[in-house]
Amino acid sequence: MSLEDKVKAIICDKLDVKIEQVVPEASFIEDLGADSLDTVELVMEFEEEFGAEIPETDQDKLGTVGGVISYLKEKGFGA
Amino acid sequence: MSFEGKTVIVTGAARGIGQAIAKKFAEEGADLALVDLNTDWLEETVGIVKGLGRRAEVYAADVSKSEDVTAAVTKINEDFGQIDSLINNAGITRDGLMVRMSDEDWDAVININLRGVFLFSREVAKIMMKQRHGTMVNIASVIGLMGNAGQINYGASKGGVINITKTVAKELASRNIRANAVAPGFIQTAMTEKLSEKVTEAMLNVIPLKKFGQPEDVADVVCFLAGDASRYVSGQVISVCGGMVTH
Repeated sequence: MSLEDKVKAIICDKLDVKIEQVVPEASFIEDLGADSLDTVELVMEFEEEFGAEIPETDQDKLGTVGGVISYLKEKGFGA
Repeated sequence: MSFEGKTVIVTGAARGIGQAIAKKFAEEGADLALVDLNTDWLEETVGIVKGLGRRAEVYAADVSKSEDVTAAVTKINEDFGQIDSLINNAGITRDGLMVRMSDEDWDAVININLRGVFLFSREVAKIMMKQRHGTMVNIASVIGLMGNAGQINYGASKGGVINITKTVAKELASRNIRANAVAPGFIQTAMTEKLSEKVTEAMLNVIPLKKFGQPEDVADVVCFLAGDASRYVSGQVISVCGGMVTH
C-alpha cells in the first residue's frame, strides 16, 4: 500500500467518511466533519502508522488530506 | 464487585490515602498498577492487594518527570492491556509562610502535585481516547478551595489540580472519559501526623462532624467517582471534609 493509500485508509476509518470524499483539497474540519480531538487522534494515528514524531508546531501543515500526504512525503516516511 | 476485570492506576500508593484507595479498588475486584517514587515503599500495599486476591504490579516513577511518566504508562498498558481508571493521588507538602518560602520548596510541591497530575493525565488520556472509555479521579484538597496560611505552594498546586480536572472533563467527554476531583479535608495520615496538638484542636473546632477523616472515607468517594455509579458526573469536586467546607 502506498503512503497515500495508507493515509486515506486511516482517514476513512477514523472520520467514518467514504474514500471518494478523501481528496487532497479536503479539509478535515471543514469538509470531513472532524472536531479538534479528531484531528489530534488522526495525528497520533499517523505517528503510530509511520513511526513518525510530529511536533505541535507542524500542526498547521496538516489541515488537509493533501497537506498530510506532502508533509509525510517530505519527512521521508513510507514509499 | 463493581471493578471486576478493570485496571486501576494509583499514584502515591505506598501509604496513606493512596494505599486506602488501592485497597478499596482491590476489594471491588480491580487489578492495580501501583506507582510511587520507590518500588520498595509499595511492598505493604502490594501485600494488601494480593491478600485480597487481586493482581498488583509496581512501577517506580517521579510523577514530575516526563520520561518517568511516559515509561511507566507505556509499561502499565503493556502489562495490563487496558487502563480503566487513573487515580492521581501522589502529593507532598513543604509548608512555610510565603515570605519565607524558598524557590525550591515552591517548585517541589508544584512539580509533584500539579505537574505530576498533568503528565500522568496526558499520557493516560492517549490510551483512554483509543479505548473510548476511562475515568480519572484527582486528589485535590480543601486547601485548594480555601487557601491556608503556611501552605501557599500546596494550596496553589491543589487549586490547579481542581482546574485541570474541569478542563480534562470538557476536553475528553466526547471520548467517554470522565474526570472528577476529591478534596479531602483533615485526614489521619502521615501527612497530618506532624501537626501539633494545638493545631489539631483548632481543626476539630471547625469540623462539624468533630473528627478527622480516615483514608477509607476518601477512598470510598474516589471509588464512586471512578465507577459506573457516577456515570453522569464529570468535572466536579467533591469535598470529603466532615462538613468543614461548603461550596
